Amino acid sequence: MIRVELPYHLRNLAHVTGEVQLDVQGPVTQRSVLDALEAQYPMLRGTIRDHDTKKRRDFLRFFACQQDLSHESADDPLPDEVASGKEPLLVIGAIAGG
Amino acid sequence: MSRVRVLVGTRKGAFILSSDGKREQWEVSGPHFAGWEMYHVKGSPVDPNRLYASQSSGWFGQTMQRSNDGGTTWETVGNKFAYDGVPGTHQWYDGTAHPWEFKRVWHLEPSLTDPDTVYAGVEDAAIFRSTDGGQNWNELPGLRGHGSGPRWQPGAGGMCLHTIILDPSNSNRMYTAISAAGAFRTDDGGKTWKPINQGLRSQFIPDPTAEVGHCVHHVAMSPSRPGVLFMQKHWDVMRSDNAGDLWTEVSGNLPTDFGFVIDVHSHEPETIYVVPIKSDSEHYVHEGKLRVFRSRSGGNEWEPLTKGLPQSNCYVNVLRDAMAVDKLDKCGIYFGTTGGQVYASADAGDSWAPIVRDLPAVLSVEVQTLS
Repeated sequence: MIRVELPYHLRNLAHVTGEVQLDVQGPVTQRSVLDALEAQYPMLRGTIRDHDTKKRRDFLRFFACQQDLSHESADDPLPDEVASGKEPLLVIGAIAGG
Repeated sequence: MSRVRVLVGTRKGAFILSSDGKREQWEVSGPHFAGWEMYHVKGSPVDPNRLYASQSSGWFGQTMQRSNDGGTTWETVGNKFAYDGVPGTHQWYDGTAHPWEFKRVWHLEPSLTDPDTVYAGVEDAAIFRSTDGGQNWNELPGLRGHGSGPRWQPGAGGMCLHTIILDPSNSNRMYTAISAAGAFRTDDGGKTWKPINQGLRSQFIPDPTAEVGHCVHHVAMSPSRPGVLFMQKHWDVMRSDNAGDLWTEVSGNLPTDFGFVIDVHSHEPETIYVVPIKSDSEHYVHEGKLRVFRSRSGGNEWEPLTKGLPQSNCYVNVLRDAMAVDKLDKCGIYFGTTGGQVYASADAGDSWAPIVRDLPAVLSVEVQTLS
């Protein structure tokens, strides 16, 4: 089971508290995890990545295992700890002042 | 007894303010969608419990919400706004061609006849329509496809389509307004559009009387007299008696004719309201006084309405979609400020009282008159 931690506003939008758990078929990549996330929570479509291009929204980041994976290919395998469910994939909103 | 429900969009959530027809005691519900920018919340005229809301965020983009119970509960609906065909380009601030990019929904206009049909005015400027209660959105491309589209240019607030007016006497006629392109009208249900900017003069564009390029801030119309339009332009208050074919200035004795909001009394189509703002360099009310100006003659002759409004040290703005009128007798007037106050008048503007004082900056105000 893949674990994903969403930022506060997306948890509210998806009506969830705490981590989301996803069943991902096949290789565990950013793309497959986000596909599964959006399938389970369709209200999140367009809020993390573009509907069509699947490009990550500018002010969001993907972290896992103390690494910033935001600039990795969407089709690269995520760390084994994420694939095994030991660590969550973190969707992080950029810090903004004011 | 009649009731009113005021729908308030703010920088950090939506609020619903409810009262009976006396409009003296108010219940405040919210924040709904706390922390999100709520550009607009509006109800269906044929099913007042059907509400639509535009929810957006610099992080997460645009989402859309729908309620079927007057705002008690909400459900997320479709948020995919894809321009029709190849989007093309408009002018950027530096005069270069810039691809059309969807940013957010500024205004929602539910159909006058079908609760599942709703129009959305978006940035970058375009009009979309949903006929399934907001699940799917399709552009009416004839507006952006008007030959002038590549010459449209954003104002400081972005290139937004902020005004949609449906003509209750002619289902094929709609009006839109865009900053900073101008006003447009369709007479064939949105297939084709024409600019309706003749008579406008804008000194900030090379040709002050150009076909497009005018920074129209808002347009209002009385449903009882659909051919008569009132406009608050960047500078100048204007009126048209022929559905926008020709505009004449009616700023008259206003202390400044810069502003954002304009609205029309529900029962007196020659009675109109504006809130003058000091200037395009200083976006707050003139002389530190929050004054609504009313004309009972369709413009030119204006009276300040001040009773109950702060008359010193007030430096708020009233944004373009932040005034509304109810249908009660006497007509109720409502407006919200960038300082978070929502004021109501239950006597057509003669006196005012705040419903709430300390909301986040108000982006939009709508009111529903409920039986």
